[in-house]
Amino acid sequence: MSPDVIAAVMMSVVAAATPLLLAALGELVTEKAGVLNLGVEGMMLIGAVAGFAAAMLTGSWIVGIVAAAFAGMAMALIFAVLALTLLANQVATGLALTIIGVGLSALVGRPFIGVPLPRLPQLYVPGLTDLPVVGRLIFGQDLLVYLSFALVVGIWWFLEKSRAGLVLRAVGESHDSAHAIGYPVIGIRYLATLFGGACCGLGGAYLSLAVTPMWAENMVAGRGWIALALVVFATWKPVRTLAGAYLFGGLAFGQLFLQGLGFSIPSQFLSMLPYVATIVVLTLISRDATRIRLNTPACLGKSYHPDH
Amino acid sequence: MPLDLRLEQRPQASAAWRYGAPLLAIAITLCAGAALFAVLGYPPAHSLKVFFIDPVSSVEGLAELALKATPLMLCAVGLSIGFRANVWNIGAEGQFVIGALAGGGLCLALQGDGGGWWLLPLMVVAGVLGGMAWAAIPAFLRTRFNANEILVSLMLTYVAVLLLQFLVHGPWKDPAGFNFPQSEMFAEGGLLPVLVEGTRLNLGTLVALAILGLAWAVLTRGLFGFQIRVIGQAPLAAAYAGFDQRRMIWASLLLSGALAGLAGVFEIAGPVGQLTPAIPQNYGFTAIIVAFLGRLHPVGILLGSLVIALSYLGGESAQILLRLPVAVAGVFQGMLLFFLLACDVLIRYRIRLGHSVRRAV
Repeated sequence: MSPDVIAAVMMSVVAAATPLLLAALGELVTEKAGVLNLGVEGMMLIGAVAGFAAAMLTGSWIVGIVAAAFAGMAMALIFAVLALTLLANQVATGLALTIIGVGLSALVGRPFIGVPLPRLPQLYVPGLTDLPVVGRLIFGQDLLVYLSFALVVGIWWFLEKSRAGLVLRAVGESHDSAHAIGYPVIGIRYLATLFGGACCGLGGAYLSLAVTPMWAENMVAGRGWIALALVVFATWKPVRTLAGAYLFGGLAFGQLFLQGLGFSIPSQFLSMLPYVATIVVLTLISRDATRIRLNTPACLGKSYHPDH
Repeated sequence: MPLDLRLEQRPQASAAWRYGAPLLAIAITLCAGAALFAVLGYPPAHSLKVFFIDPVSSVEGLAELALKATPLMLCAVGLSIGFRANVWNIGAEGQFVIGALAGGGLCLALQGDGGGWWLLPLMVVAGVLGGMAWAAIPAFLRTRFNANEILVSLMLTYVAVLLLQFLVHGPWKDPAGFNFPQSEMFAEGGLLPVLVEGTRLNLGTLVALAILGLAWAVLTRGLFGFQIRVIGQAPLAAAYAGFDQRRMIWASLLLSGALAGLAGVFEIAGPVGQLTPAIPQNYGFTAIIVAFLGRLHPVGILLGSLVIALSYLGGESAQILLRLPVAVAGVFQGMLLFFLLACDVLIRYRIRLGHSVRRAV
């Protein structure tokens, strides 16, 4: 393969991996605080439609990105009020968030179907971006790709090295102890959930602003659920989430590669690949029950009420 | 923190709110729906009438309501068994599709000379087995490899829908169908008999009602139902009593898969009459709402399935008469589940607004 082809392939891997990475990182922080928000798919859809609509109406992609983050947060806030304040079952509330995200995004997005939008601009540094192969890969990405890498480092530092991160983990491991020490369990969980929502909104916006710059009903197509599986796959560690997201990004390329080699596999079977791969990977990683138990935040999915 | 509201635990769960919460949730959903219509620029009162009253103001309309409620109650009663035992099968949609494929494929293979009375029963068996087989995958991976059944069953839904698309675009496409992605129409022997002349109401609805009755007997009167409740509410006590949790995961996934598969067969052998890419109508997902709305109880599920079926019909009616996108139905369904989950807090807690004096411990 020529360097140009390799570079193009790598760019497509980045495009496929970034939405998964953004959403999975957000969910990771949420889950570290002990909150299981299964509404990732719904938050990504709302982020995708809000980002697209805002970018189109204002002509500014910065506004689009900010709108997507706030839209994801608004969805997460609904989840938080129900699951954290009103102590509703977290699994059921997350499913509700996805159901309403699918419906609401289709309703809001109807005027925008089929409207084209220029892609999110990519960085260009004269000289550096023109370098063969690595030039575009390192110096020719868009804002959200760089942001996703910054988030990996930032979240790793926050969770492993900062005091605030330690408190957040304590809340996720034992809410009773954290409460007894005097930390505001519910408040911290609110913040973690909102952060997760913002990241999921950004992940959705990456789909509608960069991967395929347009809005289509249900365009997230299960990526929110794959992101949820990635968090388990990564055993709640940010750097492994990065590796997992790029593994799945590479899978998207594998589909193109097989088609390019002239295998006459029906397109539907190629489209099954990410879903089947998710099941396989999830099974392999979960097989070691002890390891999963050691890494799962102990209070994940449990409601907290100070009177108990 | 953000809301100045305190929840005070009730000494005992409130039975009144257990049944009142769904009613309150429906009332709030109607108010929120009226507000939504107003925001979208439609007259609220008229829109609600078009949405919720017009579709059921005729005999045909009522028959359609029962027809739509059938797959919902079948899927929901299956899911409710798992939800009681804390087993989250959210891939009923995929099991529904595989049931339709198994039953429909059998019909296409055997209907050569018109088929006989035996065709429909065979299709039903195939559909039930198909749904069970699809649900057996998450059951196996959960019990053997500890893989999360929520994610596995959901991923399999996407696989099932893609498989349906492959089959109706490829090998099972009707050669005389002008290249439309759909199968041949099923022969007479592969269709459910219609109950009321002039409507599409068929035998499937009666079977679904019988299954609800059976589920009621099993869940409230039998040892199996008791074991399910104990495992769901007190897993440690269940383990102590020697209830096998693995068996319960298998049982609840296979049962819900079987019922979703049955719903799939009833859909293609009833109103649809062939395999098309439009078979998945989200019944498997909205059945989750039905199960919660019905308090995971067969009688409640019957009522809940009618409510959600009405939202489907209302969505279609609003699309035709108000030119609203059909997605409005999904918004109503999602809102209803939200408000229900919110209202459910009243079962276990009293709400105190403002600062209350903290109880002495």
